[in-house]
Amino acid sequence: MTVEQGIFLFISFLILFSGFMMVTRSNLVHAALYLILVLFGVAVLFVLLNAGFLAVVQIIVYIGAIAILMIFAVMLTRGDVTGEAITMNSVFGWGMLLSSLFGFALIIMLGQWPAVTSLAPALPTGWNELVEIGVAFLSPQGFVIPFEVASVLLLAALIGALYVARAPKKGE
Amino acid sequence: MPLSWYLYLAAGLFALGLFGAVARKNAVAILMSVELMLNAVNINIVAFWRYLAPAEIGGQIFAIMVFAVAAAEVAVGLALFISIYNSRKTIAADEINLMKW
Repeated sequence: MTVEQGIFLFISFLILFSGFMMVTRSNLVHAALYLILVLFGVAVLFVLLNAGFLAVVQIIVYIGAIAILMIFAVMLTRGDVTGEAITMNSVFGWGMLLSSLFGFALIIMLGQWPAVTSLAPALPTGWNELVEIGVAFLSPQGFVIPFEVASVLLLAALIGALYVARAPKKGE
Repeated sequence: MPLSWYLYLAAGLFALGLFGAVARKNAVAILMSVELMLNAVNINIVAFWRYLAPAEIGGQIFAIMVFAVAAAEVAVGLALFISIYNSRKTIAADEINLMKW
């Protein structure tokens, strides 16, 4: 077993364990901390896949922004479900059945696909990931329109979130 | 290591996220489970890019788009939950029946 495989096995165990703990904890702050562990493990996988820029974006955007926003929301809506003994709703059993069936079906289907055992080809020589991403995002032959649409989407989400979460005015 | 390792891991992570999204009671926990599913998809996207088309950057671009959409979704979702909590003092998903027919 190579070092890379050892790292992969350790990280995948970490991801699956933390994911399981995340969906079963009743204390939501603990669940959010396990979510951060999962996100960190995924960043390590990105590094293993030669996508270092994505790993940095994963840490900044997911751990730095989204997970912290989750913790804010947990604390702002505290004293309700948090810490309660029952964290699952009444269709708990159906959810377990559905998700395990789905997972096993995915694994069986993957086993029948021939390309699944392929190994990673070498990256092209002179490959510079940041230059490639920058050119792809800003050239008209590339992804400039999705890039602009994503910025409009983020602006709309920002304004929408402000509007929805504002303090209600008097008489409303 | 073969591509299958990443795909099996992503399948397991997606199933965990699906379980959380279906079975959790708290709405914030449901949103966290959706994040798990998005991360499983991102692992798949980047693994496919690396193993099947490493010369084209498009695979990574799709992963970055998923980041942007996830950030927007979380911002709007959490604003909705805080607003619901202010008016109804609960964010248990099976008690928010305002729009139930």
